[in-house]
Amino acid sequence: MQSIDPNLDTLPKLLLHNAAAMGARPAMRHKDLGIWQTWTWAQVLDEVRALSIGLGALGLKRGDKFTIIGTNRPRLYWAICAGQALGAVPVPVYADAVADEMAFVLSHAEVVLAVVEDQEQVDKIIAVADRLPLLRQIIYDEPRGLRDYDRSRLIAFTEVQRIGREKLAADHEALRRWEAGIAAGAGSDLSVILYTSGTTGRSKGVMLTYQNTIVSARNANAFDHLDCNEQVIAYLPLAWIGDYIFSYVQAYVAGYCVNCPETPETVVQDRREIGTTYAFAPPRVYENVLTLTMVRMADAGALKRKIFDFFIAQARRWGEKILDREKVPLSARLLYGLGRLLVYGPLMNQFGLSRIRVAYTAGEAIGPELFRFWRGIGLNLKQLYGQTEASVYVTAQADGEVYADTVGKASPGVEVKISDSGEVLYRSPGVFVGYYKDPEKTAEVLTPDGWVRTGDAGFFDARTGQLRIIDRANDVGRLNDGTLFAPKYIENKLKFYPNIREAVAIGADRSFVCAMINIDLTAVGSWAERNNVVYGSYQELAADPRVYDLIAGHVDEVNRSLSEEELMAGAQIRRFLVLHKELDPDDGELTRTQKLRRGHIIDRYGALVAAFYSGAPAAEISTEITFEDGHKGVLAARLVIRDMKPYPVRAAKMERAA
Amino acid sequence: MRAPSAGQAAQGEVLLAVDDVSLTFGGVRALSGVSFDIRKGEIRAIIGPNGAGKTSMLNVINGFYQPQAGRIIFKGQARTGMRPFAAAQGGIARTFQNLALFRGMTTLDNLLAGRALKMRCGFFWQLIRHGPALREEVEHRRRVEEIIDFLEIASIRKVPVGRLPYGLQKRVELGRALAMEPELLLLDEPMAGMNLEEKEDMSRFIIDVNRQYGTTIALIEHDMGVVMDLSDRVVVLDYGRKIADAPPDEVKRDKNVIRAYLGEPQGARA
Repeated sequence: MQSIDPNLDTLPKLLLHNAAAMGARPAMRHKDLGIWQTWTWAQVLDEVRALSIGLGALGLKRGDKFTIIGTNRPRLYWAICAGQALGAVPVPVYADAVADEMAFVLSHAEVVLAVVEDQEQVDKIIAVADRLPLLRQIIYDEPRGLRDYDRSRLIAFTEVQRIGREKLAADHEALRRWEAGIAAGAGSDLSVILYTSGTTGRSKGVMLTYQNTIVSARNANAFDHLDCNEQVIAYLPLAWIGDYIFSYVQAYVAGYCVNCPETPETVVQDRREIGTTYAFAPPRVYENVLTLTMVRMADAGALKRKIFDFFIAQARRWGEKILDREKVPLSARLLYGLGRLLVYGPLMNQFGLSRIRVAYTAGEAIGPELFRFWRGIGLNLKQLYGQTEASVYVTAQADGEVYADTVGKASPGVEVKISDSGEVLYRSPGVFVGYYKDPEKTAEVLTPDGWVRTGDAGFFDARTGQLRIIDRANDVGRLNDGTLFAPKYIENKLKFYPNIREAVAIGADRSFVCAMINIDLTAVGSWAERNNVVYGSYQELAADPRVYDLIAGHVDEVNRSLSEEELMAGAQIRRFLVLHKELDPDDGELTRTQKLRRGHIIDRYGALVAAFYSGAPAAEISTEITFEDGHKGVLAARLVIRDMKPYPVRAAKMERAA
Repeated sequence: MRAPSAGQAAQGEVLLAVDDVSLTFGGVRALSGVSFDIRKGEIRAIIGPNGAGKTSMLNVINGFYQPQAGRIIFKGQARTGMRPFAAAQGGIARTFQNLALFRGMTTLDNLLAGRALKMRCGFFWQLIRHGPALREEVEHRRRVEEIIDFLEIASIRKVPVGRLPYGLQKRVELGRALAMEPELLLLDEPMAGMNLEEKEDMSRFIIDVNRQYGTTIALIEHDMGVVMDLSDRVVVLDYGRKIADAPPDEVKRDKNVIRAYLGEPQGARA
């Protein structure tokens, strides 16, 4: 266990330190009215202090839980720190959560005060107010639309700050008392409760101490040599551990600048203006950007497309080797240089990635083709494996030791081992205290000697010495004939195709593998436009036989690639269908971080699964859907099932899975 | 969506009164003897079946058409004829049924064009773009940026409007009208051709404009649900005549209105 300086062992203490040590350096930016507004560390301290003393005056005190709901805005980040300075514990909630989910978390966490972005969030809280008897006040940032609301429990963010500033001016002791309160905090205090979205069942509140997060952040900063010169853009959900560590704790520890986009829709433009140097994103973000590029290229002129295809092929062949500083023939190096000038450079610039030194993908396994594409064009994309329970970092790849199919060696300070059953376990200073008010679940995951069960099956790769994750331990199964069935592995292969947004592979304890597929509306919509396929809705497009042909082509290619791998050759997709609706977190089909909730999906679409294995040519399905405001409706459809011809298994002999 | 506070607005002072206006095109009577008023701070809807004279009414109000008889009294001043330019200077802005944006220009430039009337510096100063002209431009840009923020169109700020989907173009057009900081905003079918979600967004913007900027709004709309939700009072026109003028709840039950829309009084459903 590494020790930390008791003067720097909480985030409010780090803020005081940064304001004193580098007060004039930028700490935060936000694009407002089209102009980037900057706050230095000294100014951030001023804002946080005013808010914190104001919150104190409203009655927030040590041990209280309070929530933060909204998109990435400086004021919401300040609210986290302002509450922590009083010893209160922030419980950020996903801004896109429907009212019912929100009610569960807020009541379970016994939240007494909410700091929210705007009317939308205020409305959601008011809608479930009767389930939240402890909630005393709602503080809002954006006043718009709230003029006629009942004022008794609503108060403006600026008003709270005004109260704080008045107190500071009127009472000379206020400042001293506030700072004494911060000094009384310790690294072992509970600093935050983050509710994990969990692919199974209700979410659990992960309790982390200051020490957990600060040690983890410090190790991560040292690992990638991050210092106060970094620029990052904060655009991931505030309630996700990734954003909490990356846009808040790591920034406070290193003293780097966090930039908040103007709106969630302008992230790409904003990132380009800032020129971020460090990035952290789930695979989906890289996937979407690639899809967008491919769609636009399909619309480009023939010459441009030829140039693009030629140099992308070059990048696939040589790019990674050049990135890893391996020996490459001079001609390849020259061609790659030309490619950088014509294609890779402009592409990276378009997406605001020109200045990136380190980019991580985490949260879910990334498709190897996608991963190689980005590395090929020169993005230093690396994988890490993390969990909320570990304050993110379990393993990470070091520069020059990057492989598409592994997730790296144990991060500094972390021990990793594989249990007899093949499950990955770890122990580190970042390991959480427990699940809030759930000792049973805590005992299931946290062993008495401090190891955490990840629930993921994995092994150490003999060639690289790095950890390889196969799948969720619970998801990996076998077909009736004993063939290994790793659904996520197959799904990731399918999802590499821009036309496929999401896929669900089914096959555990069955005689063959089937897949349900979600088309990507952007990519397939653009294809439809170019091929004169007329459609009026997502459902209509998804059911078009020509779309089925298109998807069947992709499934066939996946089957061919599976047939070349000895472990997976028996798990080729025999039947598939295209779903009539997009899988959606509001319907409980995905988690808020967009992971599949497999068990729930298989239950929900039981009729389709039954049709797969009964040999029926089509299936009727009617599903309940939830609209964004919580209302429910029913969507019915008849889905065609397409049969696929598997490739002959080429591997001579099946070997046992590692 | 919340119910508008009809009571207080309906008692406000009269901002604009239409007094016995008649308009003919050759032998066609577009409007005959129409009178109603628009009070400060309210949302006033003008509805009616196709060809009822709604757009003609709007065109009379903002001076595009000259009525053959009757007067328009705006802010206490009576007039029979007025040029649209003068109406705009007097504080009346409008949007169009079929969009009238500069399609090759960006969203930002379209909105800035809405500020043209407020520009004080002459051509020469603007040409050298220095001193007062620059200060003025910064101020105009700030106002426009507030509207961009208000209408949530930051992500399309630099996109030529011709490339935008229809619903967003409608929003840009509303933004350009707002850039004029009008006292009276005339909206000609702001939700035509929109899907449900776009309609809900637009309704919210209209209510917010009314509440936040205190802008008086007169709108023509076909979607009855929208009209009933948004407006404080409704004028109903049919064949160029006013057949009803009341709050939405009363209009919904009015026999004349039902007959105008459905032909016969059976199956009363507005």
